[in-house]
Amino acid sequence: MKRRDTLKAISLSTFGLAALPTSAMVPEAPVPKVFKPGPGRTAEELVRDKMLSQQVFFKPDELLTLGILCDIIVPADKVSGSATQAGVPAFIEFMCNDQPSNQTPLRGGLRWLNNYSIKLFGKRFSEITPSQRIEIVEQIAYPNEAKSEVSQGVAFFSKVRDLTVTGFYTTKMGFQDLDYKGNTPNVWDGVPQDVLDKYGLKYDPLYFKEG
Amino acid sequence: MDLFGIKEAPKVYDVVIVGSGAGGGMAAYQLAKAGAKVCLLEAGGYFDPADPKYITQMKNPWESPRRGASTPLRSFGDYDAAWGGWQLDGEPYEAVEGTKFGWFRSRMLGGRTNHWGRISMRFGPDDFKRGSMTGIGDDWPIGYEDLSPYYDKVDKFIGLFGTKEGMYNEPDGHFLPPPKPRLHELMIKKGAGNINIPVIPSRMAMLTKPINDSRGSCFYCGQCGRACQAYADFSSSSVLCIPAMKTGNMTLINNAMVKEVHTDPNTGLCTGVSYVNKMDLKDYQINAKIVVLAASTCETARLMLNSKSSRFQNGLANESGVIGKYLNDSTGASRSAFIPSLMDRKRYNEDGVGGMHVYTPWWLDNKTLDFPRGYHIEYGGGMGMPGYGFGMGIQSKNNLYKDANGNPKRGGGYGAGLKEDIRRTYGAYIGMAGRGEPIPLESNYCEIDPNKVDKFGIPTLRFNYKWSDNEIKQAKHMQDTFEQIIHSMGGIALGKKPDASNNYGLAQPGEIIHEVGTVRMGNDPKKSALNKWQQAHNVKNLFVVDAAPFVSQGDKNVTWTILASSWRTSDYIIDLKKTNQI
Repeated sequence: MKRRDTLKAISLSTFGLAALPTSAMVPEAPVPKVFKPGPGRTAEELVRDKMLSQQVFFKPDELLTLGILCDIIVPADKVSGSATQAGVPAFIEFMCNDQPSNQTPLRGGLRWLNNYSIKLFGKRFSEITPSQRIEIVEQIAYPNEAKSEVSQGVAFFSKVRDLTVTGFYTTKMGFQDLDYKGNTPNVWDGVPQDVLDKYGLKYDPLYFKEG
Repeated sequence: MDLFGIKEAPKVYDVVIVGSGAGGGMAAYQLAKAGAKVCLLEAGGYFDPADPKYITQMKNPWESPRRGASTPLRSFGDYDAAWGGWQLDGEPYEAVEGTKFGWFRSRMLGGRTNHWGRISMRFGPDDFKRGSMTGIGDDWPIGYEDLSPYYDKVDKFIGLFGTKEGMYNEPDGHFLPPPKPRLHELMIKKGAGNINIPVIPSRMAMLTKPINDSRGSCFYCGQCGRACQAYADFSSSSVLCIPAMKTGNMTLINNAMVKEVHTDPNTGLCTGVSYVNKMDLKDYQINAKIVVLAASTCETARLMLNSKSSRFQNGLANESGVIGKYLNDSTGASRSAFIPSLMDRKRYNEDGVGGMHVYTPWWLDNKTLDFPRGYHIEYGGGMGMPGYGFGMGIQSKNNLYKDANGNPKRGGGYGAGLKEDIRRTYGAYIGMAGRGEPIPLESNYCEIDPNKVDKFGIPTLRFNYKWSDNEIKQAKHMQDTFEQIIHSMGGIALGKKPDASNNYGLAQPGEIIHEVGTVRMGNDPKKSALNKWQQAHNVKNLFVVDAAPFVSQGDKNVTWTILASSWRTSDYIIDLKKTNQI
């Protein structure tokens, strides 16, 4: 599979298909990396962002494994879709190019994950069963309880979790999941009355004076 | 009014101003309005918050490939209005070994007003005479009564909200109505109030009501830090520089990196400045009868120290040797907390204005404490727009409450349960940050690096700045106070409490971006570079109108005082001109 196909298709090739909406099952044509300038960029930023957008970091097998991990961290549920459906692997790839200090922890971390998977199950992480994957994730997803021999795996998983959660909740899908109501012109007139009542709070009369 | 009597574009300007931030913008506007032919030099590019090509306001995080994360070209992230930041390519600075200083620079029209919380507090009467009141530090050559009329003018011209509180050292102004507190802010007020810590409406430069036809009023997107396309908050570009250009008396030159102020060897007066045009890298000269510096506290000191001549061998107007010394930044320390009672919140738009709706002014008497100066507390929190960093570090938070069945939870995790944790705790975090007054010390200074130049060939700055015990003890008090407020609210402080091993979380010098004091004013020419009008003692046509002249900074963020004192100096220049004294 070509790398760019991997970026689009990892959500289909792995697990949890039953939970996906059918629209996500339809494979789309591969999309080349198109540079879309962000809003309000300076000339220097445009040059840098364009350069970054053309860079490739992950190899197809790395992206595949990363996508599996992202969807274990943020799977589709009754409220919203999964990390890969929200494009999180592409975001993580960009962050590796934008902040190169991410590169070795993530590339090496994926290697660590495969090494550990081979040690336990004789196969790479992408080749073991979903329940075997969860068996590994359970060992590295809870930093306070994890065994010291997997501490590097814990650090790696925490980093992927950070990037996955941020990557997911900063998308339209994430906004809907969170039910974020802002970023729109409005007139702020204070906390709704039912919320004030619930918390037993009220406003000082100064806020009702004509200014 | 055509006070300066020149009709055509002059080869010699009446005034050249270096820097377009709060101080330079105010001087440019006041002097151009009075009829002076003004040349405003800005080291960075043009910027107008209303021009679509610059707008980041109201954009969604997914429009940034990094979701608004910081970059080397924009330290506070893709959506912050301020270009540049802690490092600029080819424009280095250093701190001598064992000391630290972070220097935030934003080269663009409006300068660092593009990165600003719009917190707009007047200094109080005591803030001008802490030296004589406490025996440590120095008094200003002016008092509150000198600046008060200018604070009044700034309030009315620029606009800010707040409430009249009648507190002696937190003088009231001319306020627009304050926005109502958000839920967490009401809880902070109640919690802090229970332990006798006051929480009052904040004082910030956003227009909760329209004040004129050229600026709109706030539409509560909470994004003042991105610059307001409706001009409903104060930025020097939209409120001062662009209106100054509209007078027809001001010429703005962008990308002009000023390297030297020139003087007449016979009279010792300024004759103008020279700059490198960053686009063609050629040198240019601007001749002017009056030179006004407002390049920012450290950049102004650098320019004066670099302006050496046979007459000014220590740098321009530096007979006292004081330039660069007494550099001081606000103290800063912070703590965040998780508030369990804010879990599972009803969703509604509480973006509000950009920043806090309430704050805590300094409420104690330092005579009863082991440190000599006060601080105020700024608050954050709420159901804000997710951006880069959202949800990170959940493993140290989602173990702080019980699950739906009342069982303890494990920190970290994954899957549907993790998503549920993110939803349940959204809007349940608060933050608080102390901003305090430091003691300005002669031993804290910037100087010209003897070995380094920037890419334009201009000698660079080297910093030497260490906190004293006074600031460290103040930070300790902040940390104790933060925990008291958090506990009074039923909250759980996050992370380990900062302690002596890390100076109680005291931010490194420069990090709060409130630096002042490098070209201090005073009555004694042996101990100060400027007189009480921010005019050089020995170079009568040289003025400084940024925060470099400030003897101290109170625990008040200084922008409002920069605006007031720049206006005052501008009026003084106009008076001198009227009476032919300059």
